[in-house]
Amino acid sequence: MKLGRVIGTVVATEKTPDLEGVKFLIVQMLDKHQQPSGDPVVAADGVYMAGPGELVYVVGSREAAQAMPNPFVPVDHAIVGIVDEVSLA
Amino acid sequence: MKIGRVAGTVVSTISAPIFNGRKLLLCDIVTPQGEPTGDYTIAADTIDAGVGDTVLILDEGSSARQIVGQTVAPIRAMVVGIVDEIDIG
Repeated sequence: MKLGRVIGTVVATEKTPDLEGVKFLIVQMLDKHQQPSGDPVVAADGVYMAGPGELVYVVGSREAAQAMPNPFVPVDHAIVGIVDEVSLA
Repeated sequence: MKIGRVAGTVVSTISAPIFNGRKLLLCDIVTPQGEPTGDYTIAADTIDAGVGDTVLILDEGSSARQIVGQTVAPIRAMVVGIVDEIDIG
């Protein structure tokens, strides 16, 4: 899992039926100092409360779909938590 | 599995239920010689590791689900051991 910053939302009316009801957010992946690192990804909101500006953590690959009510949705990144605080030694 | 070094902690109140009550560790991925690779991951703790510890990091979903005892859970990276010693022949 990695840190990310929600930078936008995605709306898609035409989509594969399994994605009905899934909220998509654009997430800029971050390094551990919360600086942008790599390309933004489209992630499903697995906590239903994430929104633009928030620091989140994101799970990728097969486990992403398991954050959703239907674990067989075609989703490859999901927000699984909103970060309150990161403390580095 | 990978070798990591615990660099800090991540606190999240709003998260997928599987993370409730679990300590999240931000870990640098290191080489067997202990040099940082520049990569990091956020992993759930299973063994009470702390900042500065060299740890074994599992990053595979079905093994992680086995550890948490769930068949469906959006969890992948876990700290599963504290490294005492690495000997490279």
